[in-house]
Amino acid sequence: MKVNEVPQDKSDPSMANWKELCYAVDENGNYTTQQSRGWEPKGIALNKSLELIDERVKEIKLKVINKELSPIVYYMELNRMDLTVLADYMGKWKWLVKRHFKPAVFNNLGTKTINKYANTFNISVEQLKDISL
Amino acid sequence: MEIDFKHNQAAHCENGVISNLLTHNGYPISEPLAFGIGSGIFFVYLPFLKINFAPGISFRPMPGLIFKRLSKRLGVKIKRQKFRNSITAKTALDELLNNNIPVGLQVGVFNLTYFPDVYRFHFNAHNLVVYGKDKDTYLISDPIMDTVTTLTSVELDKVRFAKGAFSPKGQMYYPISIPKELDLKKAIKRAIRSTCNEMLAPVPIVGVKGMRMVARSIKKWPKKIGVKKTNHYLGQIVRMQEEIGTGGGGFRFIYGAFLEEASQIMNNPELKALSKEITEIGDSWRDFAIDASRLYKNRSKEFDGYSKVSEKLMLLADREEVFFKKLKKSIT
Repeated sequence: MKVNEVPQDKSDPSMANWKELCYAVDENGNYTTQQSRGWEPKGIALNKSLELIDERVKEIKLKVINKELSPIVYYMELNRMDLTVLADYMGKWKWLVKRHFKPAVFNNLGTKTINKYANTFNISVEQLKDISL
Repeated sequence: MEIDFKHNQAAHCENGVISNLLTHNGYPISEPLAFGIGSGIFFVYLPFLKINFAPGISFRPMPGLIFKRLSKRLGVKIKRQKFRNSITAKTALDELLNNNIPVGLQVGVFNLTYFPDVYRFHFNAHNLVVYGKDKDTYLISDPIMDTVTTLTSVELDKVRFAKGAFSPKGQMYYPISIPKELDLKKAIKRAIRSTCNEMLAPVPIVGVKGMRMVARSIKKWPKKIGVKKTNHYLGQIVRMQEEIGTGGGGFRFIYGAFLEEASQIMNNPELKALSKEITEIGDSWRDFAIDASRLYKNRSKEFDGYSKVSEKLMLLADREEVFFKKLKKSIT
Protein backbone atom coordinates (compact mmCIF):
# COMPACT_ATOMS: atom_id res chain seq x y z
CA MET A 1 0.00 0.00 0.00
CA LYS A 2 1.36 3.41 -0.99
CA VAL A 3 0.82 6.50 1.14
CA ASN A 4 -1.58 8.01 -1.39
CA GLU A 5 -3.54 4.74 -1.48
CA VAL A 6 -4.38 4.77 2.22
CA PRO A 7 -8.18 4.84 2.08
CA GLN A 8 -10.02 7.93 3.30
CA ASP A 9 -13.61 6.74 2.90
CA LYS A 10 -15.61 9.16 4.96
CA SER A 11 -18.61 7.02 4.11
CA ASP A 12 -17.23 4.31 6.41
CA PRO A 13 -19.70 4.77 9.26
CA SER A 14 -17.65 2.79 11.74
CA MET A 15 -15.02 5.48 12.04
CA ALA A 16 -17.16 8.52 13.00
CA ASN A 17 -14.63 11.15 13.99
CA TRP A 18 -11.53 9.16 14.49
CA LYS A 19 -8.54 8.26 12.46
CA GLU A 20 -6.58 5.06 12.64
CA LEU A 21 -2.91 4.62 11.89
CA CYS A 22 -1.83 2.69 8.81
CA TYR A 23 1.59 1.69 7.58
CA ALA A 24 2.32 2.54 3.96
CA VAL A 25 5.20 3.02 1.57
CA ASP A 26 6.28 6.51 0.41
CA GLU A 27 7.48 7.50 -3.09
CA ASN A 28 11.03 6.33 -2.29
CA GLY A 29 9.81 2.87 -1.31
CA ASN A 30 10.34 3.41 2.43
CA TYR A 31 7.80 2.72 5.14
CA THR A 32 6.03 5.55 6.90
CA THR A 33 2.74 6.00 8.73
CA GLN A 34 -0.45 7.62 7.52
CA GLN A 35 -3.80 8.11 9.21
CA SER A 36 -6.86 6.63 7.59
CA ARG A 37 -10.40 7.93 7.93
CA GLY A 38 -11.91 4.58 7.12
CA TRP A 39 -12.28 1.95 4.44
CA GLU A 40 -15.52 0.87 2.84
CA PRO A 41 -15.04 -2.95 2.78
CA LYS A 42 -14.51 -3.12 6.53
CA GLY A 43 -17.18 -0.51 7.24
CA ILE A 44 -19.75 -2.65 5.47
CA ALA A 45 -18.59 -5.76 7.33
CA LEU A 46 -18.99 -4.01 10.66
CA ASN A 47 -22.38 -2.59 9.75
CA LYS A 48 -23.65 -5.96 8.59
CA SER A 49 -22.66 -7.56 11.87
CA LEU A 50 -24.40 -4.77 13.81
CA GLU A 51 -27.50 -5.25 11.66
CA LEU A 52 -27.43 -8.89 12.65
CA ILE A 53 -27.43 -7.96 16.33
CA ASP A 54 -30.34 -5.56 15.76
CA GLU A 55 -32.27 -8.27 13.98
CA ARG A 56 -31.76 -10.66 16.85
CA VAL A 57 -32.73 -8.05 19.44
CA LYS A 58 -36.00 -7.47 17.57
CA GLU A 59 -36.75 -11.19 17.41
CA ILE A 60 -36.06 -11.63 21.09
CA LYS A 61 -38.14 -8.59 22.00
CA LEU A 62 -41.14 -10.26 20.37
CA LYS A 63 -40.49 -13.47 22.26
CA VAL A 64 -40.28 -11.57 25.54
CA ILE A 65 -43.56 -9.80 24.81
CA ASN A 66 -45.11 -13.19 24.01
CA LYS A 67 -43.78 -14.47 27.35
CA GLU A 68 -41.61 -17.12 25.71
CA LEU A 69 -38.43 -15.64 27.18
CA SER A 70 -37.60 -13.49 30.19
CA PRO A 71 -36.43 -9.86 29.82
CA ILE A 72 -32.92 -10.96 30.82
CA VAL A 73 -32.33 -12.38 27.34
CA TYR A 74 -33.41 -9.09 25.78
CA TYR A 75 -31.05 -6.99 27.88
CA MET A 76 -28.24 -9.49 27.40
CA GLU A 77 -28.51 -9.10 23.61
CA LEU A 78 -28.94 -5.35 23.89
CA ASN A 79 -25.65 -5.18 25.79
CA ARG A 80 -24.00 -7.36 23.13
CA MET A 81 -23.33 -10.04 25.75
CA ASP A 82 -23.56 -13.78 25.46
CA LEU A 83 -24.33 -16.34 28.15
CA THR A 84 -20.66 -16.71 29.14
CA VAL A 85 -20.11 -12.99 29.62
CA LEU A 86 -23.38 -12.47 31.48
CA ALA A 87 -22.76 -15.43 33.80
CA ASP A 88 -19.30 -14.07 34.57
CA TYR A 89 -20.68 -10.61 35.40
CA MET A 90 -23.33 -12.20 37.62
CA GLY A 91 -20.84 -14.51 39.31
CA LYS A 92 -23.19 -17.45 38.64
CA TRP A 93 -23.05 -20.76 36.83
CA LYS A 94 -24.11 -20.61 33.20
CA TRP A 95 -26.89 -23.15 33.66
CA LEU A 96 -28.31 -21.06 36.51
CA VAL A 97 -28.39 -17.92 34.36
CA LYS A 98 -29.89 -19.96 31.55
CA ARG A 99 -32.71 -21.04 33.87
CA HIS A 100 -33.49 -17.37 34.48
CA PHE A 101 -34.26 -17.08 30.76
CA LYS A 102 -37.58 -18.82 31.50
CA PRO A 103 -40.30 -16.28 32.34
CA ALA A 104 -41.72 -18.52 35.08
CA VAL A 105 -38.35 -18.79 36.85
CA PHE A 106 -37.61 -15.10 36.30
CA ASN A 107 -40.88 -14.04 37.95
CA ASN A 108 -39.92 -15.92 41.10
CA LEU A 109 -36.40 -14.47 41.44
CA GLY A 110 -35.50 -12.81 44.75
CA THR A 111 -34.90 -9.07 45.03
CA LYS A 112 -31.18 -9.59 45.49
CA THR A 113 -30.74 -11.39 42.19
CA ILE A 114 -33.06 -8.98 40.38
CA ASN A 115 -31.05 -6.03 41.69
CA LYS A 116 -27.84 -7.63 40.55
CA TYR A 117 -29.19 -8.12 37.03
CA ALA A 118 -30.41 -4.53 36.95
CA ASN A 119 -26.98 -3.33 38.07
CA THR A 120 -25.20 -5.46 35.51
CA PHE A 121 -27.31 -4.02 32.70
CA ASN A 122 -27.10 -0.53 34.19
CA ILE A 123 -30.88 -0.11 34.35
CA SER A 124 -33.56 0.19 37.04
CA VAL A 125 -35.46 -2.79 38.43
CA GLU A 126 -38.66 -1.47 36.81
CA GLN A 127 -36.96 -1.38 33.42
CA LEU A 128 -35.70 -4.91 33.93
CA LYS A 129 -39.18 -6.18 34.63
CA ASP A 130 -40.85 -4.29 31.80
CA ILE A 131 -38.83 -3.97 28.59
CA SER A 132 -41.16 -1.34 27.14
CA LEU A 133 -39.83 1.26 29.63
CA MET B 1 0.02 14.75 39.10
CA GLU B 2 1.08 14.23 35.54
CA ILE B 3 4.07 12.24 34.33
CA ASP B 4 5.93 13.63 31.34
CA PHE B 5 4.87 10.88 28.93
CA LYS B 6 5.06 11.03 25.16
CA HIS B 7 1.94 9.67 23.48
CA ASN B 8 2.47 8.14 20.05
CA GLN B 9 -0.43 6.81 18.05
CA ALA B 10 0.02 3.19 17.02
CA ALA B 11 -1.88 0.80 14.81
CA HIS B 12 -2.15 -1.93 17.43
CA CYS B 13 -2.72 -1.47 21.16
CA GLU B 14 -0.28 -4.07 22.45
CA ASN B 15 2.70 -3.02 20.33
CA GLY B 16 1.78 0.61 20.94
CA VAL B 17 1.90 0.27 24.72
CA ILE B 18 5.20 -1.64 24.59
CA SER B 19 6.75 0.89 22.26
CA ASN B 20 5.52 3.89 24.28
CA LEU B 21 6.56 2.42 27.65
CA LEU B 22 10.05 1.43 26.47
CA THR B 23 10.52 4.78 24.75
CA HIS B 24 9.56 6.49 28.00
CA ASN B 25 12.29 4.50 29.76
CA GLY B 26 14.91 5.73 27.32
CA TYR B 27 14.82 2.88 24.81
CA PRO B 28 13.11 4.21 21.71
CA ILE B 29 11.67 1.16 19.97
CA SER B 30 9.25 1.71 17.12
CA GLU B 31 5.91 -0.06 16.92
CA PRO B 32 6.95 -2.26 13.94
CA LEU B 33 10.13 -3.28 15.75
CA ALA B 34 8.16 -4.21 18.87
CA PHE B 35 5.69 -6.12 16.71
CA GLY B 36 8.39 -8.01 14.82
CA ILE B 37 10.52 -8.89 17.85
CA GLY B 38 7.38 -10.12 19.60
CA SER B 39 6.61 -12.33 16.54
CA GLY B 40 3.26 -10.60 16.11
CA ILE B 41 2.39 -11.93 12.67
CA PHE B 42 0.36 -15.11 12.83
CA PHE B 43 -2.64 -16.93 11.45
CA VAL B 44 -4.97 -19.34 13.14
CA TYR B 45 -8.38 -20.74 12.19
CA LEU B 46 -10.62 -22.01 14.97
CA PRO B 47 -13.73 -23.40 13.28
CA PHE B 48 -14.99 -24.97 16.51
CA LEU B 49 -14.80 -21.69 18.43
CA LYS B 50 -17.63 -19.37 17.47
CA ILE B 51 -17.02 -15.65 18.02
CA ASN B 52 -19.97 -13.40 17.29
CA PHE B 53 -21.67 -16.39 15.63
CA ALA B 54 -18.86 -16.96 13.15
CA PRO B 55 -15.79 -19.23 13.27
CA GLY B 56 -12.80 -17.72 15.03
CA ILE B 57 -10.02 -16.41 12.84
CA SER B 58 -7.05 -14.51 14.13
CA PHE B 59 -4.16 -12.77 12.43
CA ARG B 60 -2.29 -12.38 15.73
CA PRO B 61 -1.16 -14.59 18.58
CA MET B 62 -2.92 -14.77 21.96
CA PRO B 63 -3.29 -11.40 23.68
CA GLY B 64 -0.23 -10.60 25.77
CA LEU B 65 2.05 -13.00 23.92
CA ILE B 66 3.73 -10.33 21.77
CA PHE B 67 4.72 -8.44 24.91
CA LYS B 68 5.86 -11.60 26.67
CA ARG B 69 8.10 -12.70 23.81
CA LEU B 70 9.53 -9.25 23.29
CA SER B 71 10.52 -8.83 26.93
CA LYS B 72 12.03 -12.30 26.99
CA ARG B 73 14.02 -11.74 23.80
CA LEU B 74 15.32 -8.35 24.90
CA GLY B 75 15.86 -9.31 28.53
CA VAL B 76 13.45 -6.65 29.78
CA LYS B 77 11.90 -7.51 33.14
CA ILE B 78 8.23 -6.65 33.43
CA LYS B 79 6.30 -6.56 36.67
CA ARG B 80 2.72 -7.78 36.26
CA GLN B 81 0.03 -7.71 38.90
CA LYS B 82 -3.57 -8.88 39.03
CA PHE B 83 -6.07 -7.98 41.72
CA ARG B 84 -9.02 -9.49 43.45
CA ASN B 85 -10.82 -6.25 44.25
CA SER B 86 -11.05 -2.71 42.95
CA ILE B 87 -9.80 -0.97 46.08
CA THR B 88 -6.37 -2.63 46.20
CA ALA B 89 -6.13 -2.31 42.43
CA LYS B 90 -6.73 1.44 42.66
CA THR B 91 -4.30 1.97 45.56
CA ALA B 92 -1.53 0.07 43.78
CA LEU B 93 -2.04 2.12 40.61
CA ASP B 94 -2.10 5.44 42.49
CA GLU B 95 1.08 4.56 44.35
CA LEU B 96 2.98 3.90 41.10
CA LEU B 97 1.71 7.13 39.57
CA ASN B 98 2.88 8.98 42.70
CA ASN B 99 6.32 7.52 42.07
CA ASN B 100 6.28 8.90 38.52
CA ILE B 101 5.89 5.50 36.87
CA PRO B 102 3.54 5.30 33.87
CA VAL B 103 1.58 2.05 34.07
CA GLY B 104 0.25 -0.26 31.37
CA LEU B 105 -3.21 -1.69 31.94
CA GLN B 106 -5.19 -4.50 30.37
CA VAL B 107 -8.80 -3.40 29.99
CA GLY B 108 -12.15 -4.39 28.51
CA VAL B 109 -13.36 -2.38 25.53
CA PHE B 110 -17.12 -2.41 26.17
CA ASN B 111 -17.15 0.38 28.74
CA LEU B 112 -14.44 2.57 27.21
CA THR B 113 -16.44 5.77 26.93
CA TYR B 114 -14.21 7.40 24.34
CA PHE B 115 -14.60 4.52 21.84
CA PRO B 116 -17.18 4.88 19.06
CA ASP B 117 -20.28 2.87 19.90
CA VAL B 118 -19.83 0.49 16.96
CA TYR B 119 -16.52 -0.78 18.38
CA ARG B 120 -17.80 -1.44 21.87
CA PHE B 121 -17.82 -5.22 22.17
CA HIS B 122 -16.95 -7.46 25.10
CA PHE B 123 -13.32 -7.73 24.08
CA ASN B 124 -11.10 -7.77 27.14
CA ALA B 125 -7.55 -7.69 25.86
CA HIS B 126 -7.16 -4.03 25.03
CA ASN B 127 -4.12 -2.17 26.39
CA LEU B 128 -3.52 1.43 27.43
CA VAL B 129 -1.17 3.48 29.59
CA VAL B 130 -2.15 5.60 32.59
CA TYR B 131 0.30 8.45 32.95
CA GLY B 132 -1.21 10.65 35.63
CA LYS B 133 -4.14 11.62 37.75
CA ASP B 134 -6.01 14.86 38.27
CA LYS B 135 -8.28 14.65 41.32
CA ASP B 136 -10.68 11.87 40.34
CA THR B 137 -9.71 11.72 36.67
CA TYR B 138 -7.03 9.49 35.22
CA LEU B 139 -4.91 10.65 32.30
CA ILE B 140 -4.96 7.97 29.62
CA SER B 141 -2.69 7.34 26.68
CA ASP B 142 -4.54 4.84 24.51
CA PRO B 143 -2.15 3.95 21.68
CA ILE B 144 -4.81 3.53 19.03
CA MET B 145 -6.21 7.01 19.70
CA ASP B 146 -5.02 10.12 17.93
CA THR B 147 -4.41 12.03 21.18
CA VAL B 148 -4.43 11.41 24.92
CA THR B 149 -7.74 11.14 26.73
CA THR B 150 -9.17 10.74 30.26
CA LEU B 151 -11.33 8.38 32.31
CA THR B 152 -12.92 8.95 35.73
CA SER B 153 -11.94 6.52 38.47
CA VAL B 154 -15.37 4.84 38.25
CA GLU B 155 -15.02 4.40 34.49
CA LEU B 156 -11.48 3.09 34.84
CA ASP B 157 -12.55 0.62 37.49
CA LYS B 158 -15.28 -0.71 35.20
CA VAL B 159 -12.90 -1.41 32.31
CA ARG B 160 -10.21 -2.88 34.60
CA PHE B 161 -12.70 -5.34 36.03
CA ALA B 162 -14.57 -6.21 32.85
CA LYS B 163 -15.79 -9.82 32.79
CA GLY B 164 -15.85 -12.59 30.21
CA ALA B 165 -13.08 -14.27 28.18
CA PHE B 166 -9.59 -12.90 28.99
CA SER B 167 -11.05 -10.82 31.85
CA PRO B 168 -8.27 -8.42 32.87
CA LYS B 169 -8.77 -8.74 36.65
CA GLY B 170 -7.30 -5.28 37.08
CA GLN B 171 -4.03 -6.38 35.52
CA MET B 172 -1.30 -3.73 35.40
CA TYR B 173 2.31 -3.90 34.24
CA TYR B 174 5.45 -1.80 33.90
CA PRO B 175 9.13 -2.48 33.12
CA ILE B 176 11.30 -2.78 36.24
CA SER B 177 14.68 -3.50 34.71
CA ILE B 178 16.04 -3.04 31.22
CA PRO B 179 19.52 -4.21 30.21
CA LYS B 180 21.98 -1.39 29.48
CA GLU B 181 22.52 -2.53 25.92
CA LEU B 182 19.67 -4.13 24.04
CA ASP B 183 20.93 -6.92 21.79
CA LEU B 184 18.58 -6.16 18.92
CA LYS B 185 20.37 -8.33 16.36
CA LYS B 186 20.05 -11.49 18.38
CA ALA B 187 16.44 -10.74 19.28
CA ILE B 188 15.45 -10.06 15.66
CA LYS B 189 17.07 -13.27 14.47
CA ARG B 190 15.25 -15.35 17.07
CA ALA B 191 11.98 -13.56 16.40
CA ILE B 192 12.10 -14.08 12.63
CA ARG B 193 12.97 -17.74 13.06
CA SER B 194 10.07 -18.36 15.39
CA THR B 195 7.66 -16.46 13.12
CA CYS B 196 8.68 -18.56 10.12
CA ASN B 197 8.33 -21.78 12.09
CA GLU B 198 4.84 -20.81 13.16
CA MET B 199 3.64 -19.71 9.75
CA LEU B 200 5.00 -22.91 8.20
CA ALA B 201 3.94 -25.17 11.08
CA PRO B 202 2.70 -28.63 10.13
CA VAL B 203 -0.60 -27.96 11.92
CA PRO B 204 -3.77 -27.85 9.79
CA ILE B 205 -5.29 -24.78 11.47
CA VAL B 206 -2.14 -22.67 11.87
CA GLY B 207 -0.24 -20.40 9.49
CA VAL B 208 -0.20 -21.12 5.77
CA LYS B 209 -2.06 -24.41 6.27
CA GLY B 210 -4.75 -22.61 8.25
CA MET B 211 -5.28 -20.18 5.37
CA ARG B 212 -5.72 -23.07 2.97
CA MET B 213 -8.27 -24.63 5.30
CA VAL B 214 -10.27 -21.40 5.34
CA ALA B 215 -10.00 -21.14 1.56
CA ARG B 216 -11.38 -24.67 1.15
CA SER B 217 -14.22 -23.91 3.58
CA ILE B 218 -15.25 -20.71 1.76
CA LYS B 219 -15.89 -22.80 -1.32
CA LYS B 220 -18.12 -25.20 0.62
CA TRP B 221 -19.99 -22.69 2.80
CA PRO B 222 -22.65 -21.41 0.33
CA LYS B 223 -24.00 -24.94 -0.23
CA LYS B 224 -23.51 -26.13 3.31
CA ILE B 225 -24.78 -23.23 5.41
CA GLY B 226 -26.46 -20.91 2.91
CA VAL B 227 -25.48 -17.59 1.38
CA LYS B 228 -26.58 -15.43 4.30
CA LYS B 229 -24.40 -17.18 6.84
CA THR B 230 -21.50 -17.40 4.39
CA ASN B 231 -21.63 -13.64 3.94
CA HIS B 232 -21.59 -13.15 7.69
CA TYR B 233 -18.55 -15.44 7.97
CA LEU B 234 -16.76 -13.58 5.17
CA GLY B 235 -17.54 -10.29 6.89
CA GLN B 236 -15.99 -11.64 10.05
CA ILE B 237 -12.78 -12.61 8.22
CA VAL B 238 -12.49 -9.12 6.72
CA ARG B 239 -13.12 -7.52 10.11
CA MET B 240 -10.38 -9.58 11.75
CA GLN B 241 -8.06 -8.71 8.88
CA GLU B 242 -8.74 -4.99 8.63
CA GLU B 243 -10.23 -3.63 11.80
CA ILE B 244 -8.37 -1.16 13.99
CA GLY B 245 -5.23 -2.72 15.30
CA THR B 246 -3.96 -4.44 12.20
CA GLY B 247 -2.53 -1.41 10.43
CA GLY B 248 -4.18 -2.86 7.31
CA GLY B 249 -3.76 -6.09 5.37
CA GLY B 250 -3.85 -8.38 8.40
CA PHE B 251 -0.65 -6.90 9.93
CA ARG B 252 1.32 -7.54 6.71
CA PHE B 253 2.18 -3.85 6.32
CA ILE B 254 3.46 -3.47 9.90
CA TYR B 255 5.57 -6.55 9.29
CA GLY B 256 6.91 -4.96 6.12
CA ALA B 257 7.91 -1.90 8.14
CA PHE B 258 9.59 -4.21 10.66
CA LEU B 259 11.62 -6.02 7.98
CA GLU B 260 12.73 -2.67 6.58
CA GLU B 261 13.99 -1.58 10.00
CA ALA B 262 15.50 -4.99 10.64
CA SER B 263 17.39 -4.83 7.35
CA GLN B 264 19.18 -1.70 8.58
CA ILE B 265 19.91 -3.04 12.05
CA MET B 266 21.17 -6.39 10.73
CA ASN B 267 22.86 -4.79 7.73
CA ASN B 268 21.07 -7.32 5.55
CA PRO B 269 19.76 -5.96 2.21
CA GLU B 270 17.86 -9.17 1.60
CA LEU B 271 15.43 -8.24 4.36
CA LYS B 272 14.63 -4.98 2.57
CA ALA B 273 13.72 -6.95 -0.57
CA LEU B 274 11.54 -9.24 1.54
CA SER B 275 9.89 -6.17 3.07
CA LYS B 276 8.86 -5.17 -0.44
CA GLU B 277 7.53 -8.65 -1.09
CA ILE B 278 5.36 -8.80 2.03
CA THR B 279 4.01 -5.33 1.16
CA GLU B 280 2.83 -6.71 -2.17
CA ILE B 281 1.29 -9.69 -0.39
CA GLY B 282 -0.46 -7.24 1.95
CA ASP B 283 -1.88 -5.44 -1.10
CA SER B 284 -3.31 -8.75 -2.27
CA TRP B 285 -4.93 -9.26 1.13
CA ARG B 286 -6.61 -5.89 0.60
CA ASP B 287 -7.84 -7.07 -2.82
CA PHE B 288 -9.19 -10.19 -1.17
CA ALA B 289 -11.11 -8.00 1.30
CA ILE B 290 -12.55 -5.89 -1.52
CA ASP B 291 -13.75 -8.98 -3.41
CA ALA B 292 -15.23 -10.50 -0.27
CA SER B 293 -16.99 -7.24 0.60
CA ARG B 294 -18.60 -7.17 -2.85
CA LEU B 295 -20.16 -10.53 -2.06
CA TYR B 296 -21.60 -9.58 1.32
CA LYS B 297 -22.63 -6.14 0.10
CA ASN B 298 -24.78 -7.31 -2.77
CA ARG B 299 -25.91 -10.64 -1.39
CA SER B 300 -25.35 -12.03 -4.87
CA LYS B 301 -26.69 -15.50 -5.36
CA GLU B 302 -23.96 -16.73 -7.69
CA PHE B 303 -21.68 -19.33 -6.13
CA ASP B 304 -19.08 -18.40 -8.69
CA GLY B 305 -17.97 -15.36 -6.67
CA TYR B 306 -17.26 -17.52 -3.65
CA SER B 307 -14.96 -19.90 -5.50
CA LYS B 308 -13.09 -16.88 -6.86
CA VAL B 309 -12.55 -15.47 -3.37
CA SER B 310 -11.54 -18.93 -2.20
CA GLU B 311 -8.97 -19.21 -4.99
CA LYS B 312 -7.59 -15.81 -4.11
CA LEU B 313 -6.99 -16.90 -0.55
CA MET B 314 -5.42 -20.15 -1.73
CA LEU B 315 -3.04 -18.13 -3.88
CA LEU B 316 -2.18 -15.92 -0.90
CA ALA B 317 -1.31 -19.02 1.12
CA ASP B 318 1.00 -20.22 -1.66
CA ARG B 319 2.75 -16.86 -1.87
CA GLU B 320 3.19 -16.65 1.88
CA GLU B 321 4.61 -20.14 2.01
CA VAL B 322 7.30 -19.12 -0.48
CA PHE B 323 7.83 -15.86 1.38
CA PHE B 324 8.36 -17.34 4.83
CA LYS B 325 10.68 -20.03 3.47
CA LYS B 326 12.82 -17.31 1.90
CA LEU B 327 12.70 -15.25 5.07
CA LYS B 328 13.90 -18.18 7.15
CA LYS B 329 16.85 -18.71 4.83
CA SER B 330 17.75 -15.02 4.78
CA ILE B 331 18.76 -14.90 8.44
CA THR B 332 20.87 -18.03 8.65
